[in-house]
Amino acid sequence: MHNARATEEVALGIRRRVFEHTIRNNGGYLSQACSAAEQLAWLYNEELNIGEPTLPMIPTPFVGVPSAGNTAYHTGAGYNGPAAPQFDRLFIAPAHYALAAYATLIEVGRMAPEGLLQFNKDGSSVEMIGAEHSPGMEVHNGTLGIGLSTGCGLAVGRRLKGETGRVWVFMSDGEVQEGQTWEAVQAAANFGVDTLQAICDVNAQQCDGAMDSVMDVRDIKTKFEAFGAVVAEIDGHDITAMRDASRLSHPGQPLIILARTSPYQGMSHLKRRFPRLHYVRFKSDEDRAAANAAIAAELGIPAVDYVH
Amino acid sequence: MVEMVTRPYASAFEAYALAHPEVMCLSADLTSSCEVDGFRDRHPDRFLSLGMAEQNMMSFAGGLGLAGFRPFLHTFGVFLYRRPYDQLMASVAYPRRKVRLMGFLPGITTPGGMTHQAIEDISVMRSIPNMTILETGDATEVESICAAADSVDGPVYCRVLRGSVPRLFDTPIEVGKMRELSTGSDVLVVTAGITTEEALRARGALTKAGISIRHLHLNTIKPFNTEALLDHIAAVKHGVVTLENHVTEGGIGSLVAETMADHGVGKRLIRLGLKDTYAHGGSRPYLMHYYGLDATALVAGIERLIGTRFGITDADLDAVRIDAVHSVAKAEAL
Repeated sequence: MHNARATEEVALGIRRRVFEHTIRNNGGYLSQACSAAEQLAWLYNEELNIGEPTLPMIPTPFVGVPSAGNTAYHTGAGYNGPAAPQFDRLFIAPAHYALAAYATLIEVGRMAPEGLLQFNKDGSSVEMIGAEHSPGMEVHNGTLGIGLSTGCGLAVGRRLKGETGRVWVFMSDGEVQEGQTWEAVQAAANFGVDTLQAICDVNAQQCDGAMDSVMDVRDIKTKFEAFGAVVAEIDGHDITAMRDASRLSHPGQPLIILARTSPYQGMSHLKRRFPRLHYVRFKSDEDRAAANAAIAAELGIPAVDYVH
Repeated sequence: MVEMVTRPYASAFEAYALAHPEVMCLSADLTSSCEVDGFRDRHPDRFLSLGMAEQNMMSFAGGLGLAGFRPFLHTFGVFLYRRPYDQLMASVAYPRRKVRLMGFLPGITTPGGMTHQAIEDISVMRSIPNMTILETGDATEVESICAAADSVDGPVYCRVLRGSVPRLFDTPIEVGKMRELSTGSDVLVVTAGITTEEALRARGALTKAGISIRHLHLNTIKPFNTEALLDHIAAVKHGVVTLENHVTEGGIGSLVAETMADHGVGKRLIRLGLKDTYAHGGSRPYLMHYYGLDATALVAGIERLIGTRFGITDADLDAVRIDAVHSVAKAEAL
């Protein structure tokens, strides 16, 4: 399934799809597509060694939460292929990137475009905040900061079992405010886990606004290195830089790629909203129409014909 | 005189883990305190030291579970749910990972005071969907806790006794099965963990005073055999007294109260335990007496239930003391 399209093209497709969805739904997690499109496109289109999807192209409805009696339950990991020993695993640690992640699955042919019509609809598994049962998800990550720990545990377990597949974690920079992130890096270094890789969307913003106005996290590259990771710091919209960073040697240590990004990359109309970009809402019909016209033009597509 | 067993968990865990290669031993800097230091030294390839970082340990264990392991987490009970509660929910309980949470020093079995005493753990764990809760009350139950916990298809929280532990029972824990220790007809006494030993002390004196006690020991708190409890309640004349090493909200007292209310049982219930209070640091006998968790408190509770004073004194209870536990075992060190 790899490289049917150029990764740049997949990234553009992610932005277009999330944009169209956001205009139609009068709001959405739009800036996450701006900052993370290249990272998600690169992971799925190039870097991840994963098998064919095992779940239907159009996701089945919600079948209930895990319980002793729920035999129909399954996670959404099947969209990333089977959990075979040689294959990589991916956790989307900031689960509010779900919309961008679902768009990625569609762009790389792992989910049907119709799947996104179920987004945030009652009774759907295509949830707004990615759940365990949502397409492409294997664990709950809606509480930020737990993804890297889970990845670390899985990587240690897979090493003990002699599995060759790696564990990738897609992270966001806001997570470094959580102490658990540092516990996780410390543990990964302590156990010499070099099958654990993370790429972190460093868009310098969080729910309340710009990170340095909420809780300044200072030099996270130096901090991650001090905790025992090999760190690459790159332009998160430069796919060549991503490829180079992933080839860094990191024996006995986890690799963390800090992808410095813009939360309005490819949609410069959003710049005026910075730093309030965590969830894009339109204040009025005019606001929505202006965003529709300007961003569609920049993305090279017709304006979205939405229901007023 | 009852047999005292030293560090029953240490050898039981080692034997169990060696027979089950998918069991991994995890610890958060309390390895000897949880009696797995020997295991660590003899089987370093099966032991992971996670350090003082319980939040990471919980999610890490979830990841190990995903890889097909059944991690046994060793630390004090409090550190398995207070600090890493969010991780417990998201990484272990929700996905039903086969993570075995071995919580040492339940309730007031530690002189460590508020920060070390898991006094509301059962309440917290009972309200977590998918969670199973087991509690050990003697050395035989400690010896069988690993197999019992590991038989559960999902996460399990265990209250584990350590150090010098009396042997009260001769059969292992059967998950879901309560122990019927006496089948009297006046009052039903329900205990778990270390309060069972207290009830055994009280029973002798109460029998002498002409009170017929029906006594149940619970080692499985969730899931719970409601029907069996209802049958026992129906078999006594006056009502039920619960005694727990836990706050009386959300523990076995609440469990019995909910069962009675749900089924319209019109008998009295007296719930003994920590009454909406924290405890402080001190020896186990001191704390059990000070907070009303001992045989004396149980006798007083039964007197209140029946409305009669039996004239039983502390000396009477000492006379039937079943063992030398408290004279042999020093207050639990940290």
